[in-house]
Amino acid sequence: MLKYVIRRLLVMIPVLLGVTVLITLLINLSPGDPARAALGAQADAQAVANLRQEIGLDQPVYIRYIEWVAGVLQGDLGTSIVTGEPVNQMIMERLPATLELSIVAIAITFVIALPLGVISAVRQYTWMDTGSMVFAIFWLSMPSFWLGLILILLFSVELGITPISGRSGTIFTVEWLSYLALPAFAIGARRAGLLTRLTRSSMLEIINEEYIRTAKGKGIGGRAVIYTHAMKNAMIPIATLVGLQIPMVLSGSVIIEYVFSWPGIGRLLVDSVSRRDYPVVQGIVLVYAVIVLFANLIVDIAYTQFDPRVTYD
Amino acid sequence: MTEPLLAIDDLNVRFRTEDEPVYALNGVDITIEHNEVMGIIGESGCGKSVTALSVLQLLQSPPAEIIGGEIRYKGENLLERSDSEMDEIRGNEISMIYQDPMKALNPVLTIGQQVTEPLLAHRDVTKDEAIDEAIEMLRACGLADAERLVDEYPHSLSGGMRQRVMIAMGLITKPDLLIADEPTTALDVTTQAKILDLLEDISDEFDMSIMYISHNLATVSEVADRITVMYAGTVAERCTMNELFELPLHPYTRKLIESIPKLDTVHERLPAIEGSVPTFNEPPSGCPFASRCPQYIGSACDEVVPQAQPPGEAYDVEAEHTVACHLYTDASSEKPPWTTEEQTHDSAY
Ligand SMILES: Nc1ncnc2c1ncn2[C@@H]1O[C@H](COP(=O)(O)OP(=O)(O)O)[C@@H](O)[C@H]1O
Ligand SMILES: [Mg+2]
Repeated sequence: MLKYVIRRLLVMIPVLLGVTVLITLLINLSPGDPARAALGAQADAQAVANLRQEIGLDQPVYIRYIEWVAGVLQGDLGTSIVTGEPVNQMIMERLPATLELSIVAIAITFVIALPLGVISAVRQYTWMDTGSMVFAIFWLSMPSFWLGLILILLFSVELGITPISGRSGTIFTVEWLSYLALPAFAIGARRAGLLTRLTRSSMLEIINEEYIRTAKGKGIGGRAVIYTHAMKNAMIPIATLVGLQIPMVLSGSVIIEYVFSWPGIGRLLVDSVSRRDYPVVQGIVLVYAVIVLFANLIVDIAYTQFDPRVTYD
Repeated sequence: MTEPLLAIDDLNVRFRTEDEPVYALNGVDITIEHNEVMGIIGESGCGKSVTALSVLQLLQSPPAEIIGGEIRYKGENLLERSDSEMDEIRGNEISMIYQDPMKALNPVLTIGQQVTEPLLAHRDVTKDEAIDEAIEMLRACGLADAERLVDEYPHSLSGGMRQRVMIAMGLITKPDLLIADEPTTALDVTTQAKILDLLEDISDEFDMSIMYISHNLATVSEVADRITVMYAGTVAERCTMNELFELPLHPYTRKLIESIPKLDTVHERLPAIEGSVPTFNEPPSGCPFASRCPQYIGSACDEVVPQAQPPGEAYDVEAEHTVACHLYTDASSEKPPWTTEEQTHDSAY
């Protein structure tokens, strides 16, 4: 297992290199000049040229890339062109907010989807099954940014229950929840729809397996059959889906952070792209890539807990 | 006579499929006495598994419906029990082992977890005590390495070992009845013989009855005391194991015996009965074997469902020997069995 983890960590290096090359290319191929953007349209050509030189934009792309990578290897993501702040600091200030939002969104997904999926499989073709499936398809067909706007309109503007946007500085308080609930739900609902359907279909498949009949034949009771025998098998496809969903949750959070003015790295990313603040954009994309890679590693390790047939060595 | 341990009485089971209903069991009668091994034989598709699963009410419903009959266990009709009331019987007084041990064990739970489950559900024991008993029972079932195996998962075991695990799991609560549904069919020949030996041993050693289901007459004959021959959801013949080979009465039984491959003859192809088991979309209106029967005697076979009964005084058989065939009923009185020209070659028995 340790060997496996080390190998996976080594494989991350080329993947991350590829990601950084791609993002550098994308940034430099897109139109717009950060120096011009920083100084404004009225600034004279000489000032712009000076700034370009100061921040190294007069160098060829590959030189800038190598210098950036050299910095990253020493743990330095550079400085913002716009504010002059270190990128490390800007990201570290906002990363907790993004992680908080994503983790709570995933938690909401599980809390909604697992019980609904199991119930609709066990009570197939009853009103509970139909209800869960309507619920699932409803959320599934709703774009999260639109859902976010609707939630703000309903709960913040009309009912005045929750703040319109922002984040509380506290944790595990009512205030914390009032800020977090809407954006987390906006991200999680769609995932929950997907996971409900997957849970239902894999439970249905498993319930018809012979070992489930064996379990029933032992007289251990219907609950034990579902929770001990069926659920543990259903967790295998569910873990796979969750692994695939983590990038979606993160990309969904970028939009939602923007809609809810959530002070995370997603919103910073959007702002930085529009300001052509290249070092910040590069830094954030790198952080996202690292999060996704680690999350998938954790899911793959969790896999061995559910399926004894899978061993890594 | 005292009440048998299990009495299946006129059992009728129907499957509701998307197009037409399938009448899988059409009046099955089987009795199993205390400490007896009852063999159930018949080609595949004859309703053996449906019968076995009905006893523990393990048929998926829908599509299965039990539309008639009784299953009396120690005198009580099990069909009147609710699902949760059945849990008191399942794995406790009646255990079942299945055809394919590869599929019948849960791949994500350890052998120890699975074998101890019936004990934990039905007896007042701690987990440690249950594991100790499981190890002991696995050893008794021929798994010497039991202590290590309880922590293993099914995928690391061979088919034969898994079937031993299944048997240990069935026996751990010392049930009164073990239902073994083709326990050797999915195994290779040498393993088959070993599992069969094990079942023979435990039937002697434990105070229990076994319902031993197989489509292979040769294996059943090694373990069974009495035998029930099933055909297309009905019982064709019922007798002691000895009489089955000495005096088989039903043409289907005779065909089954003929189709056992003999060691001293060279077969061009394995002997088998021509045709296949019919499925019924409505209850059968005559003898279900009529279309394949070498001793078909006319309209009675098509129009009257033969009832199980003793063959009559002309036959020197034990009192309990019954057969459901018009050769032995009044319907055939004008044409006695075995005497017509074209039938003589079939009457070698
Ligand atoms: N799930 C099902 N749906 C429809 N028909 C079924 C189902 N299971 C069994 N049957 C019917 O019952 C008959 C007997 O099946 P089974 O008891 O499994 O035979 P076997 O004697 O080989 O164990 C089959 O031929 C089939 O027609
Ligand atoms: Mg069968």
